[in-house]
Amino acid sequence: MATEAKAGEQKDPRPFWRGTIAFGLVSVPVELYPAVRSHRVPLRMLSPEGIPLKRRYYCSDDGKELSSEDIVRGYEREDGSFVVVDDEELEALSPQKSREIDLRRFVNRNEIPIRLFERPYVLAPAGESTKAYHLLAETMERTNRAGIATFVMRGKEYLAAIFAEGGLLRAATLRFPDELRTPDDVGLPEPEPAQAKLKREMQAALKKLRAKELDLGLLFDEDAANLLTLAERKRADSLDIVEIPESELDDEEEDSNVVDIMSFLKRRIEGEDEGGDDASDDPEGLENQTKHELYQRAQELDVKGRSTMTKDELIAAIRAKS
Amino acid sequence: MAVRAMWIAEISIDAVRVPVKLYSAVQDKSVRFRLLHEADQMPVVQQMVVPGRKNPIPAEKIRKGIEIERGVYVMVSSEELTELEPPESREIRVEQVIGREQLDERWFDRTYFLGPDEDTASYFALSEALAGEDRIAISRWTMRKKRYAGALHGTQGYLVLETLRFANEIERIEVLKTPPNRAPDNREVSLAEQLVSALEDEFDAAAYRDAYRDQVLDLIEAKALGKIVKFPKDKVSRRKSSLAASLEASLKKGTKVSSGD
Repeated sequence: MATEAKAGEQKDPRPFWRGTIAFGLVSVPVELYPAVRSHRVPLRMLSPEGIPLKRRYYCSDDGKELSSEDIVRGYEREDGSFVVVDDEELEALSPQKSREIDLRRFVNRNEIPIRLFERPYVLAPAGESTKAYHLLAETMERTNRAGIATFVMRGKEYLAAIFAEGGLLRAATLRFPDELRTPDDVGLPEPEPAQAKLKREMQAALKKLRAKELDLGLLFDEDAANLLTLAERKRADSLDIVEIPESELDDEEEDSNVVDIMSFLKRRIEGEDEGGDDASDDPEGLENQTKHELYQRAQELDVKGRSTMTKDELIAAIRAKS
Repeated sequence: MAVRAMWIAEISIDAVRVPVKLYSAVQDKSVRFRLLHEADQMPVVQQMVVPGRKNPIPAEKIRKGIEIERGVYVMVSSEELTELEPPESREIRVEQVIGREQLDERWFDRTYFLGPDEDTASYFALSEALAGEDRIAISRWTMRKKRYAGALHGTQGYLVLETLRFANEIERIEVLKTPPNRAPDNREVSLAEQLVSALEDEFDAAAYRDAYRDQVLDLIEAKALGKIVKFPKDKVSRRKSSLAASLEASLKKGTKVSSGD
């Protein structure tokens, strides 16, 4: 079995997103954490000599290197022209929804088609009181119901299913139905009635493979394990090892090491940490925001020199301004 | 318009074989933006550079490093990566048939339709055999030099294959325990249950559409035509009150909540 790469020191992971579930008139503040890891093997792009690479942006016309201040978002129209749209315009489209997870319906949890599931998240309780969170989780679990909710996150509307299990809320974003092709769209032929003999043959073959429980070994990631074995073997032979000094490790880089959210969630959910107690000296949760989010905030506040600031400098500047 | 098959394969269940073609069942409709240089409205290109140096590293010269511990990488060459590629195969091998409830939503990744590859008789026989029960067939295959695990099931008379995430991708949140001594009082529990049942409905996927996507496209169209776009600026404020009082108030407007959309 593959052993997981151990990250050295762990900082608290930042939530992927914060929001408030609107359960009737009850507000249930939550933080979203990914329930799956995006990297099966922590890979990083290196130069031929082994120096970690960084992503840079250039103008395709004059080749000039661009900072985030020089870059805007454009939608390409059919005629090839672009329409520039900024974040404020997108946010303004649905101001009332900005941080609200609108829990609209409860359905039987088995009724949601598998095909709709997209990305799974853990919803951890946030804010001063976790009472409403626990009440909602317990009620949903006891009644075997899943919630259907909508929310807007980073300029995109999401449909989500909310599940409760073991006192914990989880969410899965769902594909909007118009994003799923129908058999007709694909061009599949009309179903024809099965021949009785063939169907019995299929049923018999399926029955032979029937099992009570999932064999997790079938979901073992052999490709990732092979890569890690190769890496361990080369390390044992001291081949092609690159060490990056701590001062150059940059957690902002998207390819950086995988954060272990489990120890953090354990503290948060099992209760030693009352949740939200970091709010006292960081009321806006600035420490938990990405550099990009901080940059946008700095832009709103018109902080001078923001494009050259580090994450800590941005936080300090935002606090000084607001 | 028909969709092109991505892959041609053969399902194997014990001694039975069913030839199939694989099609993506998903059509991403997100509004896609491109990054532009603000000054001249030209598209932005991304390149990888060594920090502090000017010339970008061309894609074919970029090497991959596997992080074995924080800050320690082992460089691997493309030859080494090629050697690790699994052998090619067209077999989708059914390994296990289990109850649908054995896998929760976290395991499911992408969704594909399987269509018959000429032999429609065995295809529709298998679709019917699988559709009859609430079971999924756990399968494994190799496609485009990568190993996959998936769940095969029958839906609307057709075969659907959902790729599954691997065990190392799922956070083990099962080990988390809920905190003790936080049981809400009976009144809150009963109010919460009433509110859940007031909002109860059958799941109807067709009821949901991405209204925000439409709004974004409208905004783009309006801007393209040079129209001035005005935005509403109202914020909903939430009153602070006790949990029980909020639940009661929610129930009072319960009929409105459950009928309106």
